[in-house]
Amino acid sequence: MTVVEQTQGAPRPTPVRIGGARGGPPLSTVLRKDNWRLQPTLTALGLLGFIGYSVWAALRNGDFYAGNVGRDYLSPLYSPCLTHSCTTAGYVWGGWSWWRVSPAWLILAFPGAFRTTCYYYRKAYYRSFWLSPPGCAVPDAGSTGTGRRSRYTGETRFPLLLQNLHRYTWYFAVVFAGILTWDAIASFRFTNGVGVAVGTLLFVVNAIFIWAYTLGCHACRHLCGGNLKRMSEAPVRHWFWKNISSQLNAHHQLFAWCSLFSIIATDLYTYLVASGAIHDPRLF
Amino acid sequence: MATSADQTGPEAASTATADVASGASGTPTVTLRLWRGDDTGGSFNDYTVDNLGGEVVLDVVHRVQAEQAPDLAVRWNCKAGKCGSCSAEVNGRPRLMCMTRMSTLDTTQPITVSPLRANPVIRDLVTDVSYNFAVARRIPAFHPGPRDADGTYRMAQVDADRVQEFRKCIECFLCQNVCHVVRDHEENKPHFAGPRFFARLAELEMHPLDTLDRRDLASRELGIGYCNITKCCTEVCPEGIHITDNAIIPMKERVVDARYDPIAWLGRKILRRPAPTPASSTASLSPAGKAHETISTQPRTPAGG
Amino acid sequence: MPEHESHVFDVVVIGAGGAGLRAAIEASAAGARTAIVCKSLLGKAHTVMAEGGVAAALGNVWPEDNWMVHFRDTMRGGKMLNNWRMAQLHAQEAPDRVLELEEWGAVFDRTPDGRILQRDFGGHRYARLAHVGDRTGLELLRTCQQRAVSLGIEVFMECKILHLLKDSSGAVSGAVGFWRESGKPVVFGAKSVVLASGGVGKTWKFTSNSWEGTGDGHALALWAGADMIDMECVQFHPTGMVWPPSARGILVTEGVRGDGGVLRNRDGERFMFNYIPEFYAKETADSIEEADQWYDNKKDFRRPPELLPRDEVARSINSEVKGGRGSPHGGVFLDIASRRTPEYIKRRLPSMYHQFKELADVDITKEPMEIGPTCHYIMGGIRVDADTAATTVPGLYAAGEVAGGMHGANRLGGNSLSDLLVFGRRAGQYAAEHALGMPGDVLVDSGQVQEVMQEALAPFGRETGENPYAVHHELQETMQSLVGIIRTESELLEAKDKLADLDERAAAVGVEGHRQFNPGWHLALDLQSMLAVAHCTTLSAIERKESRGGHTRDDYPASDPELGKVNMVTRLAGTTVTVTPEPLPVMPDELKTLFEEGH
Repeated sequence: MTVVEQTQGAPRPTPVRIGGARGGPPLSTVLRKDNWRLQPTLTALGLLGFIGYSVWAALRNGDFYAGNVGRDYLSPLYSPCLTHSCTTAGYVWGGWSWWRVSPAWLILAFPGAFRTTCYYYRKAYYRSFWLSPPGCAVPDAGSTGTGRRSRYTGETRFPLLLQNLHRYTWYFAVVFAGILTWDAIASFRFTNGVGVAVGTLLFVVNAIFIWAYTLGCHACRHLCGGNLKRMSEAPVRHWFWKNISSQLNAHHQLFAWCSLFSIIATDLYTYLVASGAIHDPRLF
Repeated sequence: MATSADQTGPEAASTATADVASGASGTPTVTLRLWRGDDTGGSFNDYTVDNLGGEVVLDVVHRVQAEQAPDLAVRWNCKAGKCGSCSAEVNGRPRLMCMTRMSTLDTTQPITVSPLRANPVIRDLVTDVSYNFAVARRIPAFHPGPRDADGTYRMAQVDADRVQEFRKCIECFLCQNVCHVVRDHEENKPHFAGPRFFARLAELEMHPLDTLDRRDLASRELGIGYCNITKCCTEVCPEGIHITDNAIIPMKERVVDARYDPIAWLGRKILRRPAPTPASSTASLSPAGKAHETISTQPRTPAGG
Repeated sequence: MPEHESHVFDVVVIGAGGAGLRAAIEASAAGARTAIVCKSLLGKAHTVMAEGGVAAALGNVWPEDNWMVHFRDTMRGGKMLNNWRMAQLHAQEAPDRVLELEEWGAVFDRTPDGRILQRDFGGHRYARLAHVGDRTGLELLRTCQQRAVSLGIEVFMECKILHLLKDSSGAVSGAVGFWRESGKPVVFGAKSVVLASGGVGKTWKFTSNSWEGTGDGHALALWAGADMIDMECVQFHPTGMVWPPSARGILVTEGVRGDGGVLRNRDGERFMFNYIPEFYAKETADSIEEADQWYDNKKDFRRPPELLPRDEVARSINSEVKGGRGSPHGGVFLDIASRRTPEYIKRRLPSMYHQFKELADVDITKEPMEIGPTCHYIMGGIRVDADTAATTVPGLYAAGEVAGGMHGANRLGGNSLSDLLVFGRRAGQYAAEHALGMPGDVLVDSGQVQEVMQEALAPFGRETGENPYAVHHELQETMQSLVGIIRTESELLEAKDKLADLDERAAAVGVEGHRQFNPGWHLALDLQSMLAVAHCTTLSAIERKESRGGHTRDDYPASDPELGKVNMVTRLAGTTVTVTPEPLPVMPDELKTLFEEGH
């Protein structure tokens, strides 16, 4: 009969020889001949660009709602708009008169947490900011020998242990995706009825990318069916798992960037329209 | 010693026609910059041989061996990408030498071939991969429930699919080599199992017939938390297994279920789902009653000398 | 000489392929202290190359299937030269062995109702091969490997066995070998030794086998005094890639010819029209025009000669190559590129197309393939008792490709993986029984050990000796051209002389460098095994003056019913190999009826 013992006491290490001489040149020598620096550099620029833009957009604390020019456009960086400045901007809600700084901070916190703990973005910033590692078969910044940071504990300690809470941030992200969907629907509303303008298209595309990114999340994929042992016994969950895996999760990186750009584009457009810098052409 | 080039190279006689027949491109010769040495040190040595066309790196290494360096140490078996023996770093990228065609490389420059740099070197391109075999011993084996009444097991293909992806693994250990958690931080080896074995854990966790729970083990003893999902394992996998997306991340999510998610815990309590048996690496799964720790896999260091 | 490393076990298994692992699992489960010794790392054995599946009459797809049908298919495939009892046990026990794998974690492809799916294969009457896509061998090996690891069986990796040790009674008492890594000797004392070392393909120039297929087990058994049977029965595939090197040894399916591929010589001539035998003349097209119309209209036209039976095709390729009309690398051209559109080829032969594209950058839609006869499997091997897998030497057991008898003169696809499991288990079981029934300790004669090591290290002393790679190359050329797929008396006799010469050259090779992981030295040692196999095969091939299964004689094209009743037994007499025809075991009448009722 099979006996299975419980884990007891401290974790047991794998018996393995440490410190043997390695072959090849010193590990700090990168033998790759391709331009391995390009990818982390582009990623870093992209992420810094977004952070820079969103800080600017948040500090702006104005021209985030285009109600003044007859468009029901609310910038995705300011939605849902619940605070003092929303009221002053003429938005319908905005009861939190005690919140005096930009409402964007409130909004950025939640989707920001979702993206920060996202498995794709983790790869992106661990590689491009942490240099841990910057590329495959390239020594990481803490590589033993380069001396700067010799211990590596990955995501086993606070604060990186918190990455395990990704699925909670996903719950919030779903709510936000719902709100942005509402905003996209609202963007069809004009003072004289229903119509479509260039901004409407942007809001719709943004909502689609946000959903594609949010539903393609690895935590979502796990919760909707990936955690099952026998998916054959749960055909509906299997259907969701299969489609989320192949249609959305497989392109998670793509949707992560698309949604990032669509947020910027939508916010920028709203700002330009609300500030009167450009005219929003109505299509029909 | 009589290393007569005219008869040693199996293809030497037919070289002239070969180029025409297989449309060899590039330079007339090719230089391999092979790392030669052992645990006391070594260096890159250049070996120039004819460029026959239609070859993979391993073919050229074999010709160097047959014509110029008969004692060049290299591991290989099937030469068809199925056994995973000839792992090395070609121009700094972890590759199977038998699956790296010369036509994909720039032969105007010397091509560097170095041993797997995450492992202690034995000689030339051969490294000590015993770490992997030591970790393999720690994974509690497959443990099925009882058979069906007719003496067989039933399993749907959709459930088998997920498991079969991981069972494609040819154990070339390129993922174990490229993973910076141990490549750059060797001190993590005792408490980090590596991508190949996270895939093995995922395979067992997703196996529709298995009854053990290895999540706690994955987290507490095998160090899945050390992985920062930078995906190099997936990038180098010659079998195209989505190690990060399909094995490690699902395992991390399962660990969240087991350790970090109070809602999941509450859900289990309310629905009274029976928890699977927690497995530990000390589990004695041997019908013969042998415990694992009494046996050493790897007689690497000869006892007597 | 310094004291050598030594280990004592009840059972030592040599080889970590499917048969070796299965034997070790069984021996360990029976309570014997068991070790596995293998030349490569664990999990790299040639078993991973098996693609098709495991033949077992599970009856999941065809309920009509049962062990008797499987038995009959196997015997017919082997041209009745099989050991009937082995074929019977194999057919009866294969289903249990497959189900057992599943209990150890194997995940086979499934039927719609969740059982193990089985596929068709040549020579099998019903769809019978349990499989996992095209990587069944890997699944089998990995499953056994993981099982062996969970049982805590000790594995001695990258350790080559040089010689078996025997005690004063003539029984096997262990083995002596060396670590490839360090070159240092290691001695195993064992009450039973199981040989499971696989095949011999590296003796030929074109082979699908890996470097390990050097016939070590065959040679160890021969040197220890065991009998070998039917070593002439070697399975060649007529169309294996011979060029480019990256694709060499990869087999090209007959489907390529069925879908329009034709064979050409170096002058571009479709030479098969010159080789249509009388026997097939009525059903074979004799002009290119007629042959080309067959593909679209199979009713009104006769088949192209490229689709003649395998041995006819092989014979024709052989004649072209020997007549100096072959391709530059010793084969002929198989051309589908100039005859079918790329779209058609990709649709009909997707895996062939992708395999060659990825592995060799050969685009089969653009250029002809260079193919030739390729050594694949040896049916002959160590003579064993069917039930116990015991060889003729006490304490020595053999299973898998190294053992003979199971497959007769030719092997059906899928039967090798089931062979590994069935007889691997039996070898392990009886080896353990033998060991556990033996009281006392194992005694190892250290004089024998020293002698073996001295001989093994001799090439280091011969600084002016010949390069072992050159001798190996010569051996492969000799066997490929003279003891290849089509054989004839004069060539076999020529081979015999050449082998005697190669014996001398192999005994005088020299190696450079030192003992640590030195492939040149390893090859020098492997040469001895390959030569032993080459002798056995050549002598048996001379003696079997008929064509049967994998053994095709140009000078004796027909089967001889009298020779169908004997095994060619090769054994060592002093230092030379002798061959004797000895009668096959006689099949009992109740099994004979299976072949009579017109099943």
